[in-house]
Amino acid sequence: MYPAAFSYHRAESVADAIAILGENPDAKVLAGGHSLIPAMKLRLAAPGMLIDIGRIDELKGVNLTDGVTFGALATYNDMRDADGIAENYPIIDDAVRRIGDPQVRAHGTIGGTLAHSDPAADLTAVMLALGAEVVATGPNGERTISTEELFVDLWTTSLGIDELITSVRVPPLPGNSVMAYEKHSHPASGYAVAGVAVVVSSDGSKVTSARICVTGATSKATHARSAEATLIGQPLTDTTIQAAAQLAPEGLEINGDYYASEAYRAQLIRVLTRKALERALARASGTNA
Amino acid sequence: MADTDTSIAKVHVSMTVNGALRSASVEPRTLLVHFLRDELGLTGTHVGCDTSQCGACVVKVDDVTTKSCTAFAVQLDGSTVQTIEGLASGDAYHPVQEGFWEMHGLQCGYCTPGMIMSSVSLLERNPNPSEEEIRHELEGNFCRCTGYQNIVRAVQYAADKLNSSAAD
Repeated sequence: MYPAAFSYHRAESVADAIAILGENPDAKVLAGGHSLIPAMKLRLAAPGMLIDIGRIDELKGVNLTDGVTFGALATYNDMRDADGIAENYPIIDDAVRRIGDPQVRAHGTIGGTLAHSDPAADLTAVMLALGAEVVATGPNGERTISTEELFVDLWTTSLGIDELITSVRVPPLPGNSVMAYEKHSHPASGYAVAGVAVVVSSDGSKVTSARICVTGATSKATHARSAEATLIGQPLTDTTIQAAAQLAPEGLEINGDYYASEAYRAQLIRVLTRKALERALARASGTNA
Repeated sequence: MADTDTSIAKVHVSMTVNGALRSASVEPRTLLVHFLRDELGLTGTHVGCDTSQCGACVVKVDDVTTKSCTAFAVQLDGSTVQTIEGLASGDAYHPVQEGFWEMHGLQCGYCTPGMIMSSVSLLERNPNPSEEEIRHELEGNFCRCTGYQNIVRAVQYAADKLNSSAAD
């Protein structure tokens, strides 16, 4: 399959990329290319220009101070291999080891996946659960967008057409925080048929904050608000985990397709919520599941 | 330089492919796999699913296994590429190629070039993979003939051979 014709610009810097983006409203930004190129080959996307940011060094790297900051071009393998990620943010390690396949993980980037807002991406839900924010750079400088505000709908974000995600910041979490990501992968593509990311903080005995975020089953990464609410003020136990899991699909607009019906995906959300909370809890007690 | 069916100029792309500097003028939309097959005549790299899933098109780009259907040649200007044609040393097969031969790691052979390139890369990163690790590392390469059993054996054969020659 051949993409529609486009002109190509290799950006030398963020400023260069933004200037060209502003002059070409039908341009798209090319990072790792592992969402955009498949979409272009299927002619789901036909940008008139690609602005390749792949060689901009200032967009690379992972920095673990005051939380963690990922350059937009950090690949899934970069995230997996960065010192301290698996220890401090095991939910990220869970996700990046199971995205796509080894070739996808070598090239796909965090900035790309968040800007693409694919309904079946993994890191969208993980970053939402971590309370992450992106730094978007445009002609007027930088602004910060929470992941809550970033994901608008299927393949749709609140980024301006002349803005570029330049980094992704995960805030430091309270000391008593546990987390895990569980997914049911499509056997061919590796995309999440459903995935659930959980980050739960407590005061030592009772849950003070619970973020349970769903991907794959909804048009964008979304909070499972009923499940989150039921955990607040409770200890995290088998009983409260079961209750949260049962409530997890409530209030969500769940998609069905030829591969998985709405009812099946709702059940997957229950099962994956339970598994993720159990694994998060096991991590807290040191019995790493 | 305008192409006949578009107004977009071709771009000059150079890469070191299997040790030789190669270049061509191509449309920006030319995928690496088409650059290799159509411009350079290296048809060992196959187009399978064309949706970035099957892995028949896997090559190494700057030592990283890459689905050549999911990169534009122009993005990779200046890169170093290795394809299945660049793996053997003269008449001597690479141990992974030999493993696929000896352990019947192929039937129709369509997936084999990509499967071998991914296997070579996996053994470079992990010289002693478990069966589970082999299967996990090859999850981006689909085979519709073998049921994978003999592919796993081929990789194990190659690992043994590489390790014994490294010990010599």
